[in-house]
Amino acid sequence: MIPLLAALSVLQLVSGSVLEGYEATLLRYPALLVLVPVQIGTAGNLASIMCSRLTTQLYLGTYEPTLSNPGVRANVAAVFALAATVFSAVGVAAWALGVALGGDLGLGRVLVISLGSGMLLAVLVVTTSVVAVEASYRIGLNPDDTTIPIVTNVCDVVGVVILFGVVALVL
Amino acid sequence: MEGRQRARDIYRQALPVVLLSLVAGLFSGTLLGTETMRTSIERVPGILLLLPAFLATRGGVYGSLGARLSSGLHQGVITPQLTLDRRIVNAIVASFVNGITISVFIAVITYLVLLVSGTDGYLAQLVGIMLVAGGLSAVLMLSVLVVVVFVGYRRGLDPDNLIGPVVTTLGDVFGVAFLLVGIRAVEVIL
Repeated sequence: MIPLLAALSVLQLVSGSVLEGYEATLLRYPALLVLVPVQIGTAGNLASIMCSRLTTQLYLGTYEPTLSNPGVRANVAAVFALAATVFSAVGVAAWALGVALGGDLGLGRVLVISLGSGMLLAVLVVTTSVVAVEASYRIGLNPDDTTIPIVTNVCDVVGVVILFGVVALVL
Repeated sequence: MEGRQRARDIYRQALPVVLLSLVAGLFSGTLLGTETMRTSIERVPGILLLLPAFLATRGGVYGSLGARLSSGLHQGVITPQLTLDRRIVNAIVASFVNGITISVFIAVITYLVLLVSGTDGYLAQLVGIMLVAGGLSAVLMLSVLVVVVFVGYRRGLDPDNLIGPVVTTLGDVFGVAFLLVGIRAVEVIL
C-alpha cells in the first residue's frame, strides 16, 4: 500500500511544481486558486465514470476501441456534454468567488480559462480511458482494478499542466 | 437516434454526482483563495508544492479502507456494528498509520524538492503542518467513513456506491481547511 501511495505522491509533486511556479499569478488572481481543486477533481470524476462504463462494456462483450462503436460513442458524447455543462458553471462560480475574494479578473477571461482547459481535459479523459482499458485488457490485467487509479492520477497531473497552459495563453 | 438517447441517459445519471463534487471543490477552492490562506502560501515555502499530493492521497488511503470494509460486509466476515472486532480495528489502525506515514513522506519530499530548486524550506515546519493536517484528516475521514459504511449497509444500501462520493466530498471540504489549521498550529508552536 505505502509504496504505491508514495509513488503517486511523487507523481503529484509534478502538478505541485506547476502550482509553485505560478505562485505569483495565483496569489494575484484568487479566481484561479478557486479553479485549481475544481478542475483537478472534475477531470478525475469524469475519468472514473468513463473508465467504469468502458470496463463494464468490455465484460458485456460490447466494447471495441473505435468511435464507430455505439456504446463508446454514447460515452464520449456524454463526457463532452458533462464537461461543457460543468466547466461553464465552474467558470461563472470561480469568477464570482474571485471577485468576492478581492480579485479583479473579468468573467470573460475566467470563462475562457475554465471552459478552454475543461474541454481539453475532456479530450484527455476520453483518450486516456480508452488507452488504459485497451492496454490493461491486452496485458491481461483486470481493468476494474487498474484503470481508475491510473487514469484519475494521470488526469490530475496533466489537468494542472493543461490548466496553466491555458492560463499562460489567456493572461 | 438510439445512441443519442443513451448519451442523454448517461449525462442525466452522472450530472448530480459531478455537480455535488463540484460544489465541494468550489468550497475548498474558496478556502484556498481567502486572504488568510494566501498569506500562508506566501509565508510558508512549499504549501502549493505539497497541496495536490496531500489532496490526492487521502482518496487512496481512505477509499481503500472503505472498499475493504465493504468487501468484508458483503462476505459476512464482519458485522456492521462498532465493536472492538479485531478485523475492524486492524483495518482502521492500518489506514491511520498509512495516512500519517504518507503525510510525513509528502512533507519530506516537498522539502527535498525545495532544497534542489534552491528555495529556503524548513523541514520541521513542513512535517509539523502535515502531521496536524494528516492527523485531523485521518480522524475525521475514518470516523465518518466507518459510520457511513455501517449505517448505509444496515439500511440496505451498497457501501460500494457510497464510498467514492463520501471520500471525495469530505476530502475536498476538509482537506484545505485542515491544511490551514496545520499551518496555524505550527506557527504558534515553532
